[in-house]
Amino acid sequence: MKTENYITASCVINNNIVYKNGQPLFEESGLELPEFLLAVYRHFELQYPKFHKMDNLSKLGWLANEVLLQDNFDKEKYKPEDVGIVLSNANASLDTDIKYYETTKTIASPAQFVYTLPNIVIGEISIRHCFKGENAFFISEEFDAGFIEQYVSNLINNNILQCCICGWVDVFDSRYNATLFLIEKDKSANSVNFAKENLNKIHQLKLSA
Amino acid sequence: MEKLMSDLKTQIIAQLNLQDTKPEDIGDDQPLFIEGLGLDSIDALELIVLLQQQYKIKLSNAEDGPKVFKTVRTMAEYITAHQAQNA
Repeated sequence: MKTENYITASCVINNNIVYKNGQPLFEESGLELPEFLLAVYRHFELQYPKFHKMDNLSKLGWLANEVLLQDNFDKEKYKPEDVGIVLSNANASLDTDIKYYETTKTIASPAQFVYTLPNIVIGEISIRHCFKGENAFFISEEFDAGFIEQYVSNLINNNILQCCICGWVDVFDSRYNATLFLIEKDKSANSVNFAKENLNKIHQLKLSA
Repeated sequence: MEKLMSDLKTQIIAQLNLQDTKPEDIGDDQPLFIEGLGLDSIDALELIVLLQQQYKIKLSNAEDGPKVFKTVRTMAEYITAHQAQNA
């Protein structure tokens, strides 16, 4: 059983800064989250009308994934079933749950209702890139690098997946952060071992920003 | 009718968050679903909400949906007929 896998790319979005592989690519301070997410969408010249219909959690995860895969991901290497997504956060879909609940006092919004599950962000990413591999969304108080390493390694080392997008995507009110990692079996330029120390090190970038 | 169709286009864009679409991009007789504006089933539900919120009209028969929401013109005709009925 192969046991070494690699973090071949990372994306962190926090404090109105977008980092790719540790380097800041875009910053727009002073904006509230919805305006900042729209600014990121426009900065990276993304074209995806459905983006505007997503809730903030899906927008954040979807944008982080677009930046993560941009220039780094060779889609041709993988079948749709080879690529999986494993995400986690602390607040599930509570931010949208509350907004949806408010609409139920008058006329409940179907468009809000469809985002009242945290794993919808996985669906949005999967639809965008036609990924059909194993996926899961876990809730934990804090980013648990050890768990993510163990769970994703198990999927890859047992050949359930050949590649996995994993990490943390969390939104509640004005507080948000996202850290996504691209995990692959083969080394690439600037890749580091898929180990909890490296996951935490990249995630710390966000915390110290 | 022209004013109502113009209002509807603005309201559809706002209700469905079609931020890349301008009112002039929506033709009066352009299909709203699939090959036209590309709306989906959740959008259909939001259009029902729009009728309720903006025009106090409840779509009583769900089977009328495809006819009512075919184009902006069919929506406007349905609203006009409903308002005349209740005048």
